[in-house]
Amino acid sequence: MSGVDLSLQIGSLKLRNPIMLASGTVGYGNEIAEFADLNKIGAIVTKSLSLNPRKGNAPQRIIETPAGMLNAIGLANVGVEQFLKEKIPFLKQYDIPLICNIAASTIEEYVECTRILTTEDAIKAFEINVSCPNVKEGGLQFGNSCQMVSEITAKVKAETDKPVIIKLSPNVSSIADFAKAVKDEGGDAVSAINTLVGTSFNIFTKRSKLKNVTGGLSGPAIKPVALAKVLEIKQKVDIPIIGIGGIMNWKDVVEFMIVGASAVQIGTLNFIDPYASERIVAELEKYCVENGINKISDLTGSYIL
Amino acid sequence: MPLLNAIVEKSIEIDNKIFLLKVYSPALTANVKPGQFINVRVSETIYPLLRRPFSVCDVEGDYFYLMFNIYGEGTKILSRKEKGEQLDILGPLGNGFNIDGDFDTAVIVAGGLGAAPFPFFTRMIDKEKEVLSFIGGRSSHDVITYEMKNVSVATDDGSRGYHGNVIALLQNKIDELKSKKIKMFSCGPSAMLRALKTFAIENNFECEVSTECAMACGFGICQGCPIESTQHPDKYLLVCKDGPVFNVKDVVI
Repeated sequence: MSGVDLSLQIGSLKLRNPIMLASGTVGYGNEIAEFADLNKIGAIVTKSLSLNPRKGNAPQRIIETPAGMLNAIGLANVGVEQFLKEKIPFLKQYDIPLICNIAASTIEEYVECTRILTTEDAIKAFEINVSCPNVKEGGLQFGNSCQMVSEITAKVKAETDKPVIIKLSPNVSSIADFAKAVKDEGGDAVSAINTLVGTSFNIFTKRSKLKNVTGGLSGPAIKPVALAKVLEIKQKVDIPIIGIGGIMNWKDVVEFMIVGASAVQIGTLNFIDPYASERIVAELEKYCVENGINKISDLTGSYIL
Repeated sequence: MPLLNAIVEKSIEIDNKIFLLKVYSPALTANVKPGQFINVRVSETIYPLLRRPFSVCDVEGDYFYLMFNIYGEGTKILSRKEKGEQLDILGPLGNGFNIDGDFDTAVIVAGGLGAAPFPFFTRMIDKEKEVLSFIGGRSSHDVITYEMKNVSVATDDGSRGYHGNVIALLQNKIDELKSKKIKMFSCGPSAMLRALKTFAIENNFECEVSTECAMACGFGICQGCPIESTQHPDKYLLVCKDGPVFNVKDVVI
């Protein structure tokens, strides 16, 4: 035992360490569990769930870009009912807090999904996706409106006693205004950032490479943007932030925490190195030992300007 | 499906910018089946970022081979790998060809680099079974017959073998094919697979196809490689996990 305290708390959600697996990059946990020991990870966030199953977008769904990738999966998922029946039992074998990510086309659907899922004890918190760039209805049209984000936060909070985290879009002029809206309505934390809207065209056929035309940019290419958004929120709003965007190693985690993140999510990296999250936890602990940090939460917002 | 450290033995340019990479990995060769693939991290840096999927081309003892052409940055880096370099691979991934079925003759239908999985296939198929290989390409430069048996070639421009596409060549040999108990195995461009599907269904031939799609992870978590299912149109199958080899009747190509 190193004696370093890696734990933290967001509302009633207790995490043994700040490393979470990001929604949409670990499915419902079963594939990633073949690589990483889920009992050592801070938390897992499910693939976005909607009330009914969604087929998702036609291919091509993925394009590699310099130091990143564009995806337009289109929220393919099994729906809440099948999730509870078929997917939760697997995750219950592990000692890992389960956070359900919810994506919906209407405010009523967010509320209904929360109402159904909150009865399941294994689910410890909700992450509300108001910022998916790849669906026609809902998604970004919610994430671009402060009023909508306020309303969704209030209504979801009214439906559950569990912590509610709102996943914010970077595709807005002032992300701090959205974080403030979440705080004002009783939201417990914000996740920042979801993907950036991007596209890519074939110069010979002049056609978009993604069937959906646009997709969400992720990977190390977006890390500087994500860091700036986290810092902006930290400076203006007193709410826990879960930092997301292009984390490739423990150094990136430390950087996110310094600019204001209480915890972080590993996303695209899971596709490339499915062992990475477990390794990063160990490396983070080593960093703390070597730098005399007794409590990792002391790092949060420790930036010097 | 472990993450394996493999060691490069050599990179060989066999023909027309087609490369073979010979790699040492007893952990992979002990478990891989024809038609399965691996996902290769060609660089430790963030460019290129994603792994590259390749079907396993052949296996010799503790060594396996990958076959590729230089398509972009990833394959360029791969072609320059030198003896002794570590190669970070994930695999074996996906489902391979079912080569043990009730048939006497395996009919391989390959287009261009779709030939890649068939040297291993040809090596592994039951010695009592006959193998007939039908190889198509736009011109003779695109025809790859490396380590294949009983090869018939078709080229669109007539520069080698039959003048026409490989499905027309199969149609020409229909009497011979019908006289045997055959099963077809195919990999190649979508247009070829589509035509083959029609041909196989019309003639009531059993047929498995290896499909491809851009993917990020190769093991089911990115959901990046959907393929339309004929039986369940309400949801997609995934090329990486449900495939890449499918019964041709099960997928919309």
